[in-house]
Amino acid sequence: MNTENNIKTLIVKKPLKLDCGKTINEFPIAYETYGSLNEKKDNAILVFHALTGDQFVTGLNPITKKDGWWSYAVGPNKAIDTKKYFVICANVIGGCMGSFGPSHEDPNTGTAFGTNFPVITINDMVNAQYNLLDHFGIDKLFSIAGGSMGGMQVLQFISNFPNKAKTVIPIACTSSHSAQNIAFNELGRQAIAADSNWKDGNYSSEDTIPNKGLAVARMAAHITYLSKKGLQEKFGRKLQEREDLKFGFDADFQIESYLRYQGSVFVDRFDANSYLYITRAMDYFDLAKQFKGNLSDAFRATRAKFFIISFTSDWLYPTQENKDIVIALNSIGADVGFVEIESDKGHDSFLLDVPDFLNALKNFLDKSYIEN
Amino acid sequence: MKNEFQVIAELIEKEKKVLDVGCGDGILMEFLKNNKKTNIRGLEISKSKVQECIAKGLTVIEGNAEKDLKQFPDKSFDYVVLSQTLQAFLDPELVINELLRVGKKAIVTIPNFGYWRIRLHLLLKGTMPITKTLPDEWYNTPNIHMCSIKDFFHFVKSRDIKIFKSLAINNQNVSIINNSNLTIKNFFADLGIFLIEK
Repeated sequence: MNTENNIKTLIVKKPLKLDCGKTINEFPIAYETYGSLNEKKDNAILVFHALTGDQFVTGLNPITKKDGWWSYAVGPNKAIDTKKYFVICANVIGGCMGSFGPSHEDPNTGTAFGTNFPVITINDMVNAQYNLLDHFGIDKLFSIAGGSMGGMQVLQFISNFPNKAKTVIPIACTSSHSAQNIAFNELGRQAIAADSNWKDGNYSSEDTIPNKGLAVARMAAHITYLSKKGLQEKFGRKLQEREDLKFGFDADFQIESYLRYQGSVFVDRFDANSYLYITRAMDYFDLAKQFKGNLSDAFRATRAKFFIISFTSDWLYPTQENKDIVIALNSIGADVGFVEIESDKGHDSFLLDVPDFLNALKNFLDKSYIEN
Repeated sequence: MKNEFQVIAELIEKEKKVLDVGCGDGILMEFLKNNKKTNIRGLEISKSKVQECIAKGLTVIEGNAEKDLKQFPDKSFDYVVLSQTLQAFLDPELVINELLRVGKKAIVTIPNFGYWRIRLHLLLKGTMPITKTLPDEWYNTPNIHMCSIKDFFHFVKSRDIKIFKSLAINNQNVSIINNSNLTIKNFFADLGIFLIEK
């Protein structure tokens, strides 16, 4: 284990054969943990992050100096109670917070991989993270949980390792990326590619990075994480620090200013090539296809207890797509609970202070742990 | 726990797999889980009731029986329970068929519209009957397909559904309904409980 710049890293010695056919060797997985592993090692929860998340789930993120992405849900006495559970989260491979990704140096060229990095999949991500179980000597996780792309990893993990988790919590996700989702991801990728600084991904050796393209990608994506109602209530047609329209193309409206800000802060913490790789992995995700079109077969081997959560205003991963997972599980008599949480906060609901969601998550985990 | 649930619980042997359709806040589910080691699942339409069930550690799916029963495979439960909800469905016949498809047996309870207090209410007052079991006004009741014990009895017989047991509840009294006492039970019971199979 290396600890460099507050990033804990496990170097995985075991070669990992990727879906694209290439094999990676001796690659780093950056991770963080919260709480402590008990003697029986039966209180571990592996949390999977979403597209732009990282291993810093809660508390202060030492790199960005902001709160961790799931600070509402994870921490002492919170839904995922770190006084009780040992929470592990790893940066996905392809990411940019220490795990093996396109910004790492290619030993063959001495420069960053850029787009020479192999295309990775959700399957590759969870196979890489599985090494953390061996690292901590955990035979079986108490739970695996994640929202959005994190939820996809949850589904893939339990499909790959049916006996390695007792409870399974996919949140606001899908078993198969829809055309609409692929379309939005493609919009983001094209925004990056359209930035002349991108240079087919070979930008890291120079000072200029494709900030503008990445910011536009983030702005477009950010809209998809919110709901129309939420946006209207928060911003409406409110003007940004001005009395009237300026008849120009500055940010007249608060919503414009807000999106520009979201874009600008994002580029400070995220790598454009990672954005391409991770969105690609999401687009390639189709768990049913891995089982000849029968999603139920993905879960046939597991005895785990599932709890699936969706949100009323999430139009990116709508309730019906979450319910399709419930249906696939019910059709094989799996132990599955499901709730759709009422919220105006769109897809982002799982990251925010939504009490019904946090209570459901806490109750499910704590009651399951007692019965454990 | 209400008498109705105790009667239902007595119909279910230990360690069976049971689906409670319209499980509400999960009282029956909890009882079955704790006392009968039942492998119990619930289906409930109300979000707040689903939350209550989760808080009790029960496995519940938020959903609607008319739409969501079809995801369960044939005979995947030993028993499917439907307590006092049949009359609230748009298509009760479809729901009954689904219960009997999903469950090896079904336990259906119905508030009896043939109960003497209901008959008397309509006869004397001339307004839609309101009782302890049926507390809503005509304009806000979810109950759109009321029936009597006799109606249900005839309904199941006409569809070749086997009745294993039919019980009448009047307050705390539980008695068996059969062909010969049907008219009497239909008058004195406010609730009918049917264990059926197809």
